[in-house]
Amino acid sequence: MKARFLIPFAIFIALVIVFFKGLHLDPHEIPSPLINKPAPAFNLQQLHDPSKTLSATDMRGQVWVFNVWASWCVSCREEHPIWVAFSQAHPELRIIGLNYKDQRPDALNWLQQLGNPYVLSVMDSDGRVGIDYGVYGVPETYVIDKQGVIRMKHIGPITPEVLQSKILPLVQELSK
Amino acid sequence: MKRALLGLVLLTLSSASLAKEAPPIAQDPAVEARLLKVGKELRCLVCQNETLVDSHADLAQDLRREVRELIRQGKTDEEIKSYLTQRYGDFVLYRPRVTTVTWLLWFGPFLLLAGAALGVGLFIRRRRRALDETPLTAEESARIKSLLPNDQGKQV
Repeated sequence: MKARFLIPFAIFIALVIVFFKGLHLDPHEIPSPLINKPAPAFNLQQLHDPSKTLSATDMRGQVWVFNVWASWCVSCREEHPIWVAFSQAHPELRIIGLNYKDQRPDALNWLQQLGNPYVLSVMDSDGRVGIDYGVYGVPETYVIDKQGVIRMKHIGPITPEVLQSKILPLVQELSK
Repeated sequence: MKRALLGLVLLTLSSASLAKEAPPIAQDPAVEARLLKVGKELRCLVCQNETLVDSHADLAQDLRREVRELIRQGKTDEEIKSYLTQRYGDFVLYRPRVTTVTWLLWFGPFLLLAGAALGVGLFIRRRRRALDETPLTAEESARIKSLLPNDQGKQV
């Protein structure tokens, strides 16, 4: 008889747990359907040298990090010093920038002022490549393996924790 | 007089050439109508409670541009939706697909309803059984008689 009165209490506790977990979910983090799929092809002008282009296939055979950034993006400014420090500590990490819907002078100015962690950046002026990669909130970061498959996506500004505990081990694992 | 006339002619001509044609609301009304129809079923990823049609977000504008392009290429609604889900996942669909993941979402309410109906049914049955009159045994009737006051109001 006593146990019956405990049933509503148990349901209440279960709901509290569910709602508490729900509180800490970020609705802006939408799982990408592109994980473990080939990275969409692109062939874009390089930021520093408009006469040159870079395509996704040029990166075959190496593990690379694809970071979407823009000079107009506030959160990019937040994550930028982290990338600069990280690229200095790990020069073996090949970070390619996707300069998303930006103006060349603004972008160049931004890199000059804040430092350039990128091996090179390519310009996605009309945002089409961004759409192909499922970009919806700059900054975003992808890890792409030697076969050109997207292995990881991070949405929003990067943190040193994510870099150290997720991206770096993954890149090292994939580079083997 | 001649000069004035020439001036007048030139003036009218210049004003005619200067006047801009009113820009059409949409370049192609048919495309726009389909965009409205398909876009209502699609979620904007930036402001997640708005449709692709309503949203003023930059990304929504870009996506509308892509969808217009797909419409002009003669793609079906299904092809347009899969173009977006390939990039952004099922999240862009306001009407989620029936898959193993969304099974609970689609049929959960019916499950709840069935559960509630079962609960109510059981409750009613139990109550009815409790209310059922069972005939008293002779012993019980005798006991009742002995407990109840008799016609004279005196207890036996």
